[in-house]
Amino acid sequence: MSELRIRKRPKYLDLFSIMFSLPLPGVLSIFHRVSGVGLFLVLAPLLWLFQASVTSPESFECFVRVAAHPVTKLLFAGLIWAFLHHFCAGIRFLFIDLDVGVDLAAARRSAAIVFGVSLTLTALICWRVLL
Amino acid sequence: MINRIVVGAHYGLKDWIIQRATAVVMAFYSIFIVAVFLALGPADFEVWRSIFANGPVKFFTFLFALSLFYHAWIGVRDLWMDYIKPVSVRLTLHVLTILALTGYTAWIAAILWRL
Repeated sequence: MSELRIRKRPKYLDLFSIMFSLPLPGVLSIFHRVSGVGLFLVLAPLLWLFQASVTSPESFECFVRVAAHPVTKLLFAGLIWAFLHHFCAGIRFLFIDLDVGVDLAAARRSAAIVFGVSLTLTALICWRVLL
Repeated sequence: MINRIVVGAHYGLKDWIIQRATAVVMAFYSIFIVAVFLALGPADFEVWRSIFANGPVKFFTFLFALSLFYHAWIGVRDLWMDYIKPVSVRLTLHVLTILALTGYTAWIAAILWRL
């Protein structure tokens, strides 16, 4: 009599139980999502700031005052990271869609490159623009 | 459990392609506009305004914004589909997201074409 083995495959659907044991490409992917949410949430304030910056000399002054505030700068630093991470990780995903760098070693290497490039550029831009 | 019944042709493919097409548009625009900023250096109000008052830049800025909002719609909609189970809450969030992004589209058009 043949042994019938029903394997219960694990279903990793609990976000918080998997979040802290993810390999690098997984961390990159969840940060892609987190940064996307962050960017979505600030669309309205950014549109307001952009409007202030281009409308009139007076509103431009107002924009400069808001942008020079330390709290705004801190938020901008976070946004610059969110944008650069989303940008770099997005380009990596586009290459993977084109079947470039799909195997495990290449995917882990490109994930490391994304973190290296996005964090370096974030530091560089924060240093040159915000400080 | 995910019991998704796939109905009809090209289920999700259109959005999948649009998500990538809009990403490419935004990537090229981002590089272009950063290059413009770097070329002009620190800007006062007149220089800053003249960048976006320029016809082609205005046109491409609007295309960037449209890409951004469509891209945000697909991304945020996926988020609601992944994490929000009750249909009534999910539907409400979908509608609110669409309303916000439609409003942003009108807003950016108004900002740009007043320049």
